[in-house]
Amino acid sequence: MEQVRAFDLRAIPLRDVNSALHAPDLSGEFVISHPDGAHSVAVGMDAAVKVTVDGHVGYYAAGMNQQAEIVINGNAGTGVAENMMSGSVWVKGDASQSAGASAHGGVLVVEGNAAARCGISMKGIDIVIGGNVGHMSAFMAQAGRLVIRGDAGEALGDSIYEARIYVRGEVASLGADCIAKEMTREHHQELEHLLKAAGFEGDDTSTYTRYGSARSLYHFHVDNAGSY
Amino acid sequence: MSHTTDDRARLGLRESATFDRQTIAAIHRAAETGIYDIRGWGAKRALPHFDDLLFLGASMSRYPLEGYRERCDTDVVLGDRHAKHPLRLDIPVTIAGMSFGALSGPAKEALGRGASEVGTSTTTGDGGMTPEERGQSKYLVYQYLPSRYGMNPDDLRKADAIEVVLGQGAKPGGGGMLLGQKISPRVAGMRTLPEGIDQRSACRHPDWTGPDDLTIKINELREITDWEKPIYVKVGATRTYYDVKLAVHAGADVVVVDGMQGGTAATQEVFIEHVGIPTLAAVPEAVRALQELDVHRDVQLIVSGGIRTGADVAKAIALGADAVAIGTAALIALGDNHPRHESDYRKLGSAAGFFDDFQDGTDPAGISTQDPELAARFDPLEGGRRLANYLRVLTMEAQTIARACGKGHVLHLEPEDLVAVTIEAAAMARVPLAGTDWIPGRT
Repeated sequence: MEQVRAFDLRAIPLRDVNSALHAPDLSGEFVISHPDGAHSVAVGMDAAVKVTVDGHVGYYAAGMNQQAEIVINGNAGTGVAENMMSGSVWVKGDASQSAGASAHGGVLVVEGNAAARCGISMKGIDIVIGGNVGHMSAFMAQAGRLVIRGDAGEALGDSIYEARIYVRGEVASLGADCIAKEMTREHHQELEHLLKAAGFEGDDTSTYTRYGSARSLYHFHVDNAGSY
Repeated sequence: MSHTTDDRARLGLRESATFDRQTIAAIHRAAETGIYDIRGWGAKRALPHFDDLLFLGASMSRYPLEGYRERCDTDVVLGDRHAKHPLRLDIPVTIAGMSFGALSGPAKEALGRGASEVGTSTTTGDGGMTPEERGQSKYLVYQYLPSRYGMNPDDLRKADAIEVVLGQGAKPGGGGMLLGQKISPRVAGMRTLPEGIDQRSACRHPDWTGPDDLTIKINELREITDWEKPIYVKVGATRTYYDVKLAVHAGADVVVVDGMQGGTAATQEVFIEHVGIPTLAAVPEAVRALQELDVHRDVQLIVSGGIRTGADVAKAIALGADAVAIGTAALIALGDNHPRHESDYRKLGSAAGFFDDFQDGTDPAGISTQDPELAARFDPLEGGRRLANYLRVLTMEAQTIARACGKGHVLHLEPEDLVAVTIEAAAMARVPLAGTDWIPGRT
């Protein structure tokens, strides 16, 4: 069994920690303690390892993650898991704005709430939010799935492309070109799978509504000018 | 109407300066279509420019260098403030960001070939990095844009520098635009978009908003790439003094300032012609910001927007730039708007020298297109050779001027070597009106 390697950010500079996590042929398990809101913790990972961050992190934690399984035992600042390609990021607390922004793959779970612009410009990531999300979430979302177990703020899915959104609670308002869509068997199965992966397997998928693109703004036409 | 100027004078026909024929045609077009005009290229209006500046060659009070015998170096180092591996270019002329999508694959390949042949860099664009482009580019700058199309950490690590794009001179404050005709299966795949849609990308980054956030973002990019790569920040020229100061504070190694003559693949005509400031006005503002922060020449300045000749290169450098970037001129060097395509341009309702419908993807030269048949017309080897030739000419022209001014390196050119031939240019460039010691607003 491989040993768990510990980094105390009060004792070791972040640069050294990230550098160690970028080492070639990285393996094993790592624990980062005392992040104390530091930015860019465990960014640019590209190894199938487990990283646990014990505490709150600042901006861009786990940014551009590839392969790694990263758990944050605390809250995350702006842009957690931004541009993630693969692997997983699990936030035990709440996440600030732009969680999972532009991410291409992998799974992001936020057990608490996520602030504005959750899943903005998402390009294939799966995001599961235990609580609510703020306004402009899934803005220009291109691909992937966003599951919201609570409520969504204003302008959900504005200018959305092909991403799918599932919401259990209330939606304050939908953004341009975002509409409610039918839940077919495929969607129930997909949602069930996503919830299970995020540890919320008890949810009844029939209490969720699916949202996606009406695809009416895919081609710029003067008749739609008022929609923008 | 085919009347000559003499005919019009004889017939008493007088064209309105306010409602001239171009304006009338634009109003008719708007009335018929109900939509604004979208086109490529940069600002076409007459603007104060580098043509309005002249060099003071050496004579009695300055000592010139021999034109063909004495060295005049042209190398430039970009991004040595923080990066482990700064770019060391042989010439101070780089290729500006232009996307695969806006341009065909062979055109991007040719840009890489031409730039590499003379030891300079080329730049990706909105939509990511293609293997062909990386393979053919000795030095490749990877743009980090609001859309993040095709953005991935593997390509980030393959890049020689990273350019965080806040805007471009043709449309400061505007996002990208690529119309459906150019969203081919490959372009759509790279951008994670449905094929054939009109793509309008965001004008703001999705995960940061102000200069304080940018500081954190730049640090993230450095952490991801282990502080190896220079980080550029590119701005469209507007409030240049403040933008450059903020970019430096945020940690930029290199600031790129793109004036309103800078090109675009597709933007609203009204945006191109009415938003932003001329390159000539922006350069001294950028230099003032760098000097006040005591980082001039430590944080390098790249200037773009209307660079055409070695004289433009020399003048931008004399005003304080460390290098320039060319976009439109590079496309022309590849063969854009060449008279050999005249009959095809005519079929499109345009003419060689006027073609700017890059948004349509119908480019007869095979450069600004995703149509495989049109793209196949373009030979990347010949295009690369043409670009390399042009870059050599720009460099030799700049050296010619620098030697005449007594400089052993083009970067030794300075504002003191310049005068202006118009009051506007003197005021903007902050050099004296020729034959006087008058700098409007200063002396």
